[in-house]
Amino acid sequence: MHPPLLYQPAPARINATIKVMGALAMVFFVVALPARHAIFLLPVAAILLISAIIGRVRLRFILGRLLIAEPFILGVALLSLFQPGGWRVMLLIIARCTLCVATMIVLAGTCTISELVRVLKSVRIPSLLITTMLLMHRYLFVLGEEAHRMRRARASRTFRISRRFEWQNLATVIGQLFIRSADRADRIYAAMCARGWR
Amino acid sequence: MHIPDGFLDTKAAATVGALSAAGLGVALRQARLHLPPRRVPLLGLSAAFVFAAQMINFPVAGGTSGHLIGGVLTAVLLGPSAAVIVISSVLIVQCFLFADGGVTALGANIFNMAIIGGVLGWTVYRLLSRLANGLTGQIWAATFASWLSTVVASIVCAGELAASGTIPWKVAFPAMTAVHMLIGIGEAIITALVLVAVSASRPDLLAPPAGATRSYFSFTAYGVLIALGLALFVSPFASTAPDGLDKTAESLGFDDKAAVIVPSPMPEYKMPLITSANLSTSVAGAVGTVFVFGLAWIFARILVPRTEPVDPLAAARLETKQP
Repeated sequence: MHPPLLYQPAPARINATIKVMGALAMVFFVVALPARHAIFLLPVAAILLISAIIGRVRLRFILGRLLIAEPFILGVALLSLFQPGGWRVMLLIIARCTLCVATMIVLAGTCTISELVRVLKSVRIPSLLITTMLLMHRYLFVLGEEAHRMRRARASRTFRISRRFEWQNLATVIGQLFIRSADRADRIYAAMCARGWR
Repeated sequence: MHIPDGFLDTKAAATVGALSAAGLGVALRQARLHLPPRRVPLLGLSAAFVFAAQMINFPVAGGTSGHLIGGVLTAVLLGPSAAVIVISSVLIVQCFLFADGGVTALGANIFNMAIIGGVLGWTVYRLLSRLANGLTGQIWAATFASWLSTVVASIVCAGELAASGTIPWKVAFPAMTAVHMLIGIGEAIITALVLVAVSASRPDLLAPPAGATRSYFSFTAYGVLIALGLALFVSPFASTAPDGLDKTAESLGFDDKAAVIVPSPMPEYKMPLITSANLSTSVAGAVGTVFVFGLAWIFARILVPRTEPVDPLAAARLETKQP
């Protein structure tokens, strides 16, 4: 599995709290902005563009991610046409969504998980939630690789497969993945205890 | 079903955000009181597992494919409170590091997927799993619960979008429900197949976790939260009474779309059309629910072998797992 471009080393180290809070403020502003003041979305877009340039987030990274989100946004936005004055609602939704998603992409492109965790800790998010998120992020690609290996092993042993058995096989891969995750969690717990956790 | 930023307006996002924060708080409290430290890493690994499992695509007809959502699966394997924490973590990480699902919509996403899927799905699963013996009952219950929770989550989602003035209810409700009645079938089949696969080699993982003691506090708290969510986002549209949220918002004066939607009651001639559309969808939904309920039983009977095979290795493992 080739994980998509997740991080980019941010050349200018700006305080993580400022980055996260700034992005959140921008998203909240865009969402809460009354429709009649929609013109204020333009300066927000300008600020976003400037911060993307300062953070040296590659344009391909932003556009690639936007392309994933956009079909869904457009699909739902089209449904909003079914009401009086629907086209204005639709345009506004598209503008808002795109701006917010782009903001989060720029944040994701300039912020690492450890920075994010530091911010979450400083706003008193319960430690169990943070531990869960950290472990999740650490083992995300390990488990992704494991699933990929299991599927490759299955594919190398099967010539053709009917849909029913393909579903059963994929489900077995997922089931095995959970069993291996649970076993790995036991080993991780032992390792954590050995290093003096709690 | 990841709602991005911009689909929900301030009042809807804030309301459902408060409900989700309370639900997550209850889940964390339950975990602090009842979760043994041994199982803490399992939460993180399960979150990674859900994320990895969501990346596995199941081929559906016509070149399309679907994937697991995993709320009920996690709840069956870990218990409801752990499932809420796990799915919420997945959603938070997806939101911040993958820009999948919005920040202001995080509350709505947690409510729809973690709380409806984890808690409501698990409750349905627990109640139904007593209807038939052993694994057949569990698979039957899990199949139906994952279908039902997917559909209920989509209805709440439609309510949230309608309360925000994004999509009118009479479009959102039939569209979302119809699509998710189909998606739910996929979710139910995958959940059942995965559970059968897990129970084939590690039946001990399917047994209810030892730490899950019955807690009236969490039962009541979750019940109130889910009832509130349904009451605020679904019932205003299901009845012909004016939308409570919109009314409050208008009287507080922070709803900019009020000018379009609220001021006068809907023109009379529109009412019968809407209610009949709602009614027909509801009737179709009820028939579909009964149908899926029966189908889930047949499915469970086919999947689960009649005589439980005794696997000496698994039995030995079970033996060593028990302290």
